[in-house]
Amino acid sequence: MTVRTAARERQRWQTVDSGYLLLVALAGLGVLVAVTQVAVVGVAQPDVALVFGVLIALGELFRMVMPGNREVAPVASAGALGYALLVGVGPERSGQAASLDVVPAVHSTFQVVAITAAGMIVGSLPHVLVGRTPRLDAMARRLITVAVVATCFRPLLALDPKWPVLIVLMGLVVVGSCFTDVLIAALIRAEAVRARLGIAIRDEIGAKMALCAATSATAMLIAVATTVMGPAALLVFTVPILVSQFAFRRYAGIRATYLQTVRALSRVTEVGGYVETGHSRRVSRLSVAMGRELGMSEEELLELEYAALMHDIGQLSLGDPIPGGATVLASPAEQRRIAELGAEVIRQTGVLDRVAHIVRQSSHPYRTGHAAAAGAGSAVAPPLPPPLASRIIKVANAYDDLVGDSADRDRGAAVLERLRLDSAAEYDPAVVEALGRVVDRRPRL
Amino acid sequence: MRGLPLAAWVYVCGVAALAAYVIATAPYGDLDWRALAVLAVLFLVCDSAPAQLNVARARVSLGFAAALAGVVLLGPYGAALLGAVAIVTGQRFFAPVKRLFNGAQFALSGYASGVVFDLLGGHRFEAGRQEWVEHVIGPFLGALITFVLVNLTLMTGILLLAKQETARTLLRESGQLAFGCLGYGMFGLLIAGLWPGIQAFAAVLVLLPLFIARWALEQAHAQQQAHAATLAALCQAVETKDYYTRGHSERVSRGSVMIAQEIGMRADRVEAIRMAGMLHDVGKLGVPTKVLRKDGPMTEEEFAAIQLHPMRGLEIVREIGFLDEALAGIMHHHEKMNGRGYPMGLAGEEIPEFARVISVADAFDAMTSTRSYRAARSVEAAVTELRRSAGDHFDPVIVEAFLRALERDGWEPPQPPVLPDDDVAQTTRQDHDDPTEPIRIARDGAAR
Repeated sequence: MTVRTAARERQRWQTVDSGYLLLVALAGLGVLVAVTQVAVVGVAQPDVALVFGVLIALGELFRMVMPGNREVAPVASAGALGYALLVGVGPERSGQAASLDVVPAVHSTFQVVAITAAGMIVGSLPHVLVGRTPRLDAMARRLITVAVVATCFRPLLALDPKWPVLIVLMGLVVVGSCFTDVLIAALIRAEAVRARLGIAIRDEIGAKMALCAATSATAMLIAVATTVMGPAALLVFTVPILVSQFAFRRYAGIRATYLQTVRALSRVTEVGGYVETGHSRRVSRLSVAMGRELGMSEEELLELEYAALMHDIGQLSLGDPIPGGATVLASPAEQRRIAELGAEVIRQTGVLDRVAHIVRQSSHPYRTGHAAAAGAGSAVAPPLPPPLASRIIKVANAYDDLVGDSADRDRGAAVLERLRLDSAAEYDPAVVEALGRVVDRRPRL
Repeated sequence: MRGLPLAAWVYVCGVAALAAYVIATAPYGDLDWRALAVLAVLFLVCDSAPAQLNVARARVSLGFAAALAGVVLLGPYGAALLGAVAIVTGQRFFAPVKRLFNGAQFALSGYASGVVFDLLGGHRFEAGRQEWVEHVIGPFLGALITFVLVNLTLMTGILLLAKQETARTLLRESGQLAFGCLGYGMFGLLIAGLWPGIQAFAAVLVLLPLFIARWALEQAHAQQQAHAATLAALCQAVETKDYYTRGHSERVSRGSVMIAQEIGMRADRVEAIRMAGMLHDVGKLGVPTKVLRKDGPMTEEEFAAIQLHPMRGLEIVREIGFLDEALAGIMHHHEKMNGRGYPMGLAGEEIPEFARVISVADAFDAMTSTRSYRAARSVEAAVTELRRSAGDHFDPVIVEAFLRALERDGWEPPQPPVLPDDDVAQTTRQDHDDPTEPIRIARDGAAR
């Protein structure tokens, strides 16, 4: 018993990716250095630091998860970036003529990192207390982004620039921060889900750009407002990002619900006895893994997942289930009919036309009519093969129909061999190879 | 606007004349024309892309933020002038009379709110000075509330006089509208506060996150529509097995929503019951086709298979996180008040409210639909049956609520289904939802 537990624990430790480890270690080191430095020098303008620290902690408390399981904390990020960009801490009282008529903010880059880290840790405590494991990589990413901004921006303050120049500098720095954030997130993600880096970067940009822009704008707003009006302004000027957070939280919630609904309703075919238990779920998981292997973007993967979940929904229109539910054993005409019926159901939604197209084409063999085209000469253009997503579903469906939920590797290998023999005519060889690689890795998934 | 009643014309002219008087008699000596121009541009940009609220036709624009910034920066007369700019706004109102009224009412709102701001002492503090926020927040709130109040009152007046709305619906919608206006107006303070330092760029910084938030809300709205459409389509797919029950889920969903609104459920619960009504029979798919199509009395095993369908439905939809209460509604929609229902035999108040609502809508639709063994009953006959079974089978409170809703909204019973001639059409011989003709069981006793 103890041996088994130990083995599992070791395995879990071993599954941590190197990039993840590197990122967390880097952030940890940075925090250590910053805290030490601040401890030696002392906290400059502690009241301002406290206000920002509290804001960051609250932001971390209300962090949220965006579609694609991306953890973000817009309020905390905006607060921390605002602190990094802070020029002054309110209007000049004594009348000493500074360039902007404000009391300059004198905190160092180290202090920004230390305060941000402290806020993050305090804000994470309640999460830990209720048993949610904090996502160290996401926290490290946010911290490093803030550190980069502070390192770039704070030395520039020595030049004592005027407002227009300051605004331009701030703008450049926050745009840079967005790209840092996206790059780190993409690196981690590419490793975690085994996606290509280029595709991961594109996905991150698509998923986060809007929120990044809102966070950056609010960070600048907070920095400018606090500079001009003092820390009291901070609370009022956080409102725009609160609105953004509310909106994005709602969006993320509905996206998640949508996926849950499709996942749940894909099971009606199982309950109706049309397919084996867990078939749709397994096909969709396999398809997504293969799609990633073949370099599909996140948007395409979502469509692929929907299509894979619902690929058998057409069977509902059949009077009686196909024996055993395995469509791969049905006649081609029947397979096509099921796909057509399923596509018709999906098309009824009015919003999933592309998914319907994928399902419709998923019964077509890879080389539809190639031979006929060759016979007729080059005058007739060869018909296009079905879309990649359809080819993936066709292979995943066949594999699952023949293997089922059996974990027997020999059986899996035999089925794979059979699919390979059929490839080029029935199945796309590249897709079958992707299946081979995915199945090989299976225990890790 | 051609058919505008005389009273409405008088009203519009009155408001416009008042606004014109305010603007014409104002002293413009020390008005900051540059700020006015920038704010006017801002106002127009914001106003041409108003935000959709949950309320169907009402829209709130971020222009409120610009208008309130104007109140602080320009004073009452400047704010009136800024409001009058709404005359040229091109998005929502095309008829000249509407534009005129809109500009006039914004001008009056701006003027009134500016006066309140001055009276409360807001103008004594120059924006961007020491502790400006603390001093100005009180007067600003006063000004904001005045602005929204005047705005909504004037709008309500014209809608009532033009007989486009009844007072009741306006009252119901105005709460959310006022909240939206107040929220957007608050951002005017932010713009005004930063104006001395970075001028119009303040507006960009304040409004950018808001525009992005609105974009996100629109995305969320689109996703929600897609979600509902997908759900409906999948439920329909489940129903294709039986020609007679097509559209049943959707009608039960509609009926449940009617009841839920009538008994004053919160909006989010109404949404949940819409889903629950849609999904209530999804487990019927787990009932073997031959049982559903059986003609004549059922064996006890077959009836047990039918009794299991709420559990099967629950099994399918359990993972849909947001359903919560709806799950209980799906599971218990065949319980009866006297405790003789299934699957658990709950009685009275033990039955979840959702289940009691769905059960009424379910039975009503089953009775008013055509079945293979009988023609559709009339709405009156179904109502009589509901009344008769209230207390025994149905919750009397729910039944009464449904009848009230029925009176108000009416009910469109489904057309008799057109069966294809090819004889492969599948029809059920007995309907488990039909309270007037309970399923016959081979051996007596267990059925009821």
